[in-house]
Amino acid sequence: MDGEELTEQETALYDRQIRVWGADAQRRLSKSHILVSGLKGSVIEFCKNIVLAGVGSVTLNDDRMVTEEILSANFLVPADPNVYTGKSLAELCSDSLKEFNRMVRVSVQEGDLSNFSVDFFRKFDAVVISSCSLSTKKSVNEKCRKSLKRIAFYTVDCKDSCGEIFVDLQNYIYSKKKGDGAFECHIKYSTFEEAISVPWKSLPVRVSKLYLALRVIEKFEELEGRIPGETSAADLPKVQKLRKDLCDAQSHDESRIPDSLLERLLEGRSEFPPVCAIIGGILGQEVIKAISGKGDPMKNFFFFDAMDGKGTIEDISEVQTDLPNCNLFSAITD
Amino acid sequence: MASEQQLTAIKGAKVLMVGAGGIGCELLKTLALSGFRDIHIIDMDTIEVSNLNRQFLFRQSHVGQSKAKVARDAVLKFRPHINIIPYHANVKDPDFNVDFFKRFNVVLNGLDNLDARRHVNRLCLAAGVPLVESGTTGFLGQVTVHVKGRTECYECQPKPAPKTYPVCTITSTPSKFVHCVVWAKDLLFAKLFGPKNQENDLNVRSSDASSSSEQVEDVFEHKNDEDIEQYGRKIFDHVFGYNIELALSNEDTWKNRSRPRPIYSKDVIPIEPVHQNGNQGRASAAGDLSSVSAMASLGLKNPQDLWSLKENSAVLLEALKLFLSKREKEIGNLSFDKDDQLAVEFVTAAANIRASSFGIPLHSLFETKGIAGNIVHAVATTNAVIAGLIVIEAIKVLKNDVKNYRMTYCLEHPSKKMLLMPVEPFEPNKSCYVCSETPLTLEINTHCSKLRDVVDKIVKAKLGMNSPLIMQDSSLLYEVGDDLDEDEVAIYAANLEKVLSELPSPVRGGTILTVEDLQQELKCSINIKHREDFDDEKEPDGMVLSGWTQAPAVEKNGKASADNGASTSGASQAASVATEEDDDELQIIPTLTGKKRKLSDVAGAGAASSDASSAAKEPKIKRKAEEIDGNDDVVMLEDGDSTNSTKKGEP
Ligand SMILES: [Zn+2]
Repeated sequence: MDGEELTEQETALYDRQIRVWGADAQRRLSKSHILVSGLKGSVIEFCKNIVLAGVGSVTLNDDRMVTEEILSANFLVPADPNVYTGKSLAELCSDSLKEFNRMVRVSVQEGDLSNFSVDFFRKFDAVVISSCSLSTKKSVNEKCRKSLKRIAFYTVDCKDSCGEIFVDLQNYIYSKKKGDGAFECHIKYSTFEEAISVPWKSLPVRVSKLYLALRVIEKFEELEGRIPGETSAADLPKVQKLRKDLCDAQSHDESRIPDSLLERLLEGRSEFPPVCAIIGGILGQEVIKAISGKGDPMKNFFFFDAMDGKGTIEDISEVQTDLPNCNLFSAITD
Repeated sequence: MASEQQLTAIKGAKVLMVGAGGIGCELLKTLALSGFRDIHIIDMDTIEVSNLNRQFLFRQSHVGQSKAKVARDAVLKFRPHINIIPYHANVKDPDFNVDFFKRFNVVLNGLDNLDARRHVNRLCLAAGVPLVESGTTGFLGQVTVHVKGRTECYECQPKPAPKTYPVCTITSTPSKFVHCVVWAKDLLFAKLFGPKNQENDLNVRSSDASSSSEQVEDVFEHKNDEDIEQYGRKIFDHVFGYNIELALSNEDTWKNRSRPRPIYSKDVIPIEPVHQNGNQGRASAAGDLSSVSAMASLGLKNPQDLWSLKENSAVLLEALKLFLSKREKEIGNLSFDKDDQLAVEFVTAAANIRASSFGIPLHSLFETKGIAGNIVHAVATTNAVIAGLIVIEAIKVLKNDVKNYRMTYCLEHPSKKMLLMPVEPFEPNKSCYVCSETPLTLEINTHCSKLRDVVDKIVKAKLGMNSPLIMQDSSLLYEVGDDLDEDEVAIYAANLEKVLSELPSPVRGGTILTVEDLQQELKCSINIKHREDFDDEKEPDGMVLSGWTQAPAVEKNGKASADNGASTSGASQAASVATEEDDDELQIIPTLTGKKRKLSDVAGAGAASSDASSAAKEPKIKRKAEEIDGNDDVVMLEDGDSTNSTKKGEP
């Protein structure tokens, strides 16, 4: 067991959380490697959470230079142009995150996310991407799937006071304690592309309006060739037109995607920090669960809207499961 | 979301944060990012290593410094131009009075104990300032909004009572590991290293008290010339051997219980003429307290390992020896501290040897520390989520957006697809003694009970007042304060020792007492009802307060306490387990399942529930995610959350 055990230093630092998820989970966390791309507010929150939790390494990818707008929901970069000028956002965030926890290796990977190869993604246990185009989401997800080992894939976006998380854990197997015995749970996930291809009429009856609205905007950005998030209220007429087309094609009721919601999402370029904290917190928790094998991971979308305050899980996949957690139990004698 | 109106509300707001710990760090960051510009923050704590896994504004180099001050400096790095005023102080300090609270538009709590929460609740009510309250433990959390006259106050619903154990469960018939921990910490540790002359049940455990107590009196005393090794074995044999033999002689006790096994040190660790200790040099070399460790001397490394009986015995003897040889000066003044490594080692070993004697499964040092130190489970993610929710509610409060106020529960398992579940706040409880003027009733034997009993057990312990003033009609019976003259102090001190019916203005059945806390600006009336007899077990205080509700004690996993029936006559005192303040996070009693408010109740926005319906609904609903609270008052048994027992009601 030598070398496997947590060091004294780790036990002292992680004391409170080991009491939550146990020493085994902590060991698994400390050996995991996470890739994070697109350092927006919610992702910054996420990075803080997993660095504190004590993952093995975090690799940051975001070549943008810092602007005031970028800093609106960022607490990692000092508000001093002398510090931030000339460095990429990833480099600056990396400098700060290292200080949060010296036991975590934080590094920077330059380059365009959409150009990274399957071999590159294979180095990671979890990949979290944000603010990317529909096609990038699909292609990165596919590359993670092609890797021989299982890579947990997440997309996350915050617009205005709304947030969305998508997760693909492929075929996920974990054990769950129940009474004195342990059960093995299997969950089969869909890819992002598979999930969003589910016909709207087969969606859960009261599916989150956010799901539909975000698909319309995603499609709009793709058709217009926009940089993700580069929208404004002026785009509303075109988006309304697209909503009608999509709803007609899917024989769906247009009123399920209200104008007011679309307008908020189109305008919402600056992030609302409380929502970033919430989305980054939930995402952090999900990644910790997936890596540590402790707890039921969500399947497969999470939505939060500060307007109604609900944080909802939706299962939108080819194979929907009645129970959110396990679709197959097999007892393991313990 | 960031409408003009909202931005104006945020920019102009003066915010008071109480607590700069787990929730506090996240909250301060999110407030600053959200555009808040005037934030005051109170926290009396200093930074510890075990904070660093989630209180991300702090670094190793800050250990020992004020949380409030370091948090301020850290946030100013990314938001240099805002105003953050830190107070390294206790929120209960008189400086933080009603006038101080009135300066703020909203108060945000990220606290770690029930006492301070109740105090802040009262000040907010008195000052008319809205309060956003929060708590987390593990993956669970909750945020609630309290606006005077609009929603219930923090104390409208009963809070879980402190978990107490009948004394004889602790001293004679432990059935769970926590009982052994309480014994090790509050009886053995306190007896050996705490102040002398404490009432202590370690001595007398048989019916022939007179003979044994005399003999025993010498056992615990370490004479100057006595060999430390021999002394240690004497203590060991006395508490784990002799006392158990004595207890076994009382056949009645064991009719329906399995009999414990006496353990003598020589059977576990053979006596050697010279105690060998190769590593001891290491402990003494460093010289500071933290390095004095029995584990280090014995070469035990992993605090998560389960030690054998032999290892536990070795740790116990070694720890005792180290206390006597390296920390001699502290003996007589020590109280258990979860951050005192040697104390934790001693308590772990003692609890395990006792557990072994009683056939109770043993636990690691890591687990025992959690139980003994009331350590709360805490992760960064939940705190971050809760802080986000606090800011969302705070903004609604500042916009006076009353109809959209929500209390939100952060759940571990989704309910109705929701992980974050908003619920409409409840209306004030009309019979809440804190936010309404409902009188309380106290049944008490006015011919036996002293004013001190009322002050200690009722006014302070139950009503949570710090500096109470007690009046009957216009005559003052009791008061505390710096501005009293000597005569007054003497009169009040004398009154404390008087039986109620013999006070200068006698208190009898039918008397109405006025109890007031000037700092909290809380005043309530207590109707006195004379009663002769009280049940020793069920009413150990010898008095019953009604109109004041306290939820039943809860153990983790919602298991009811199984200890209640175990008490026997004479056990009028109970080892009460209050907890040590540790972190800023609180306990949730995870009883969320099955009792959730229906989604339709939540969705039916707008109409606040009518009195009748809310009265019917409330108790049931409230117990739901209720109550993340006050871990300092609840003992978490299985997973190791708490117990710092203090004995109450010493005769
Ligand atoms: Zn109240």
